[in-house]
Amino acid sequence: MPKITITVNGTVQTHEVEGRTLLVYFLREHCGFKGPHIGCDTSQCGCCTVHLDGRSIKSCTCLAVMADGQEVTTIEGVGSVQQLHPLQKAFNEHHALQCGYCTPGMVMQGIDILRRGRATDHATIRHELEGNLCRCTGYQNIVEAIASCAGTHPDRHSRED
Amino acid sequence: MYDFAYVRAKSLDEVTRLLDEHPNARPLSGGQTLIPTLKQRLNRPSMLIDLQDIPETQGIEVGEHEVSVGGMTRHADVAGHPGIAKAIPALALLASGIADPQVRHRGTIGGSISNNDPAADYPAAVVGLGARVITTRRSIEADAFFTGLFSTALEPGEIVVRVIFPRVRRAGYCKIPNPASGYVMAGCFVAETHDGIRVAVNGAGPCVFRQRDFETALAVRFDAASLEGCGQSAQGLNADMHASADYRAQLVKVAAKRAVACALRLA
Repeated sequence: MPKITITVNGTVQTHEVEGRTLLVYFLREHCGFKGPHIGCDTSQCGCCTVHLDGRSIKSCTCLAVMADGQEVTTIEGVGSVQQLHPLQKAFNEHHALQCGYCTPGMVMQGIDILRRGRATDHATIRHELEGNLCRCTGYQNIVEAIASCAGTHPDRHSRED
Repeated sequence: MYDFAYVRAKSLDEVTRLLDEHPNARPLSGGQTLIPTLKQRLNRPSMLIDLQDIPETQGIEVGEHEVSVGGMTRHADVAGHPGIAKAIPALALLASGIADPQVRHRGTIGGSISNNDPAADYPAAVVGLGARVITTRRSIEADAFFTGLFSTALEPGEIVVRVIFPRVRRAGYCKIPNPASGYVMAGCFVAETHDGIRVAVNGAGPCVFRQRDFETALAVRFDAASLEGCGQSAQGLNADMHASADYRAQLVKVAAKRAVACALRLA
């Protein structure tokens, strides 16, 4: 079995995996980060969204071996209960979650949107959230939470820098 | 998913050698179609050959007459490239609308055109702009590259290295997606090239095709109104629970008019 090394949330993780091991299983089962959720396993829902070398991807549609030698950030890497990321605070303030299942993916995608300067208006944010499904909120509060952080630097308060 | 051997190839020679030695090996680019296919056990390769480290398949070069896009270029990189936005804005627009942001961060142009899904976006740009596909063996003109449903002119062991798009006077793209899946039900890429008008239709048929009647009409006057007297035949078009062949034929004309308007807006 291939032995791969991925830096996850700043810590080097070396594990033996099968070629077919998906990145999301590497993160959850090998590294113990349960933040990336397996919602659909068909690339639709975005609950497994993480950052690979600084860009949002669906970790259910990436083989762990493809990320060998690269850096991954999960929701565990952007904030903590004691010190929430500004976008997590905004989700709290805008009541942008109900059951919370999609929230790790929504926050990771939201940070990606802010990084690329795409939180310009509600229509653009909705276009940028096309890869994330929420079955509770109807999206409005999620869009408002991300919009409220427009113009801020999502990495300034994160553990990623 | 069945297991397989995984190799991250370092050169095109290595890819060619591995594909020759292992007839059931498959090249892996972004994996946004291949990985879901493997999950459904619709394919059982003995080996996946990852192309991400091969230098010849990387990068975008914007020249005076052409734009060269490496096969491993992610959709997001085409969508966000300032040189492409200036040289062929319709190409950047098309790339910005493929799937969703996470998929655009992974999916590649080489993977998309090699797969030739009838509902994919890129084949419309490749045919509409009259691009050339550079492979490990040869250069293939767009009109000869896409041969049918999920079929291309690529031979076993041959992979896409780069796609060369000629710069054109103006071009536009419009797709009418399925509201749930986002896949193209009918799309149209129109271009006024230095050799005349090209109109490519995707999503509607089993494979991207040129709409010669629309090309003739737009050659007289490059305006959406020029298409009023034209029609798309429903014969041979796709029909499924989402749209009948007749409905798709109607959508082709709507998409073509909007693509012309898009070209005039972007020019």
